[in-house]
Amino acid sequence: MQISSSAIDNTLYIKMYGELDEYTAGYTRDKLDELFTVNKYCKIVIDMSNLTFMDSTGIGVLIGRYKRVKEYNKQIYIQNPNNQIEKIFKMSGIYEIMPKIS
Amino acid sequence: MYNNEMLLKFKATSENESFARICISAFVASANPTMDEIGDIKTAVSEAVTNCVVHAYDNEVGDIEMYACINGDNIYISITDKGIGIEDINKAKEPFYTSKPSKERSGMGFTVMESFMDEVKISSQKGKGTKVEMYKSLGKDQNIACGV
Repeated sequence: MQISSSAIDNTLYIKMYGELDEYTAGYTRDKLDELFTVNKYCKIVIDMSNLTFMDSTGIGVLIGRYKRVKEYNKQIYIQNPNNQIEKIFKMSGIYEIMPKIS
Repeated sequence: MYNNEMLLKFKATSENESFARICISAFVASANPTMDEIGDIKTAVSEAVTNCVVHAYDNEVGDIEMYACINGDNIYISITDKGIGIEDINKAKEPFYTSKPSKERSGMGFTVMESFMDEVKISSQKGKGTKVEMYKSLGKDQNIACGV
């Protein structure tokens, strides 16, 4: 798993590369928390076009991050998940708290 | 009719999850699955192996056995551990139920397996271990597309 970030105005753009499972969950959690704690961003967009695999462990990681940022009124959005990841997202109902944007 | 089978034993560690996914993908590839079918099988296996890694063994790194066979278009996969077992299988299968909420677990593992495979059977004995058996018939997508 590799995570890169860039920022434009008050939006933080995250790109994930690789696979999100139990093995990479710890790193992903720590890295996202570190990036999300910078206060000037109120909008966070996670681009998943380079995330090749994710199982339900990823849902746990994302919901955990949602709980942390919502108290600071930050909103997370999801972009470009592959077909397989999209199925898990729809099953979990996560788009209700982290809307998908194009 | 094409037949094949394999048996694999590996340590219940999280780095072996991607190893299990790569192995099952390579094994079922010979049965000509679609990309979607490979994705479904790979994800279901990842969920079953994750369960063993996270829940099966308390204070030791035990083993996981993955067996798979192909019988024509039918795929059978079993993932077995010799860990602590599941006390209440029905509870474990409930969507969003997790015995480890503090670890940020989603509780969706069995729900994902059941959605992505045709049939999932779980058998478990306390202190003896757990076996997850999964079945999937390939070629259903094409049948639907052709209206068969």
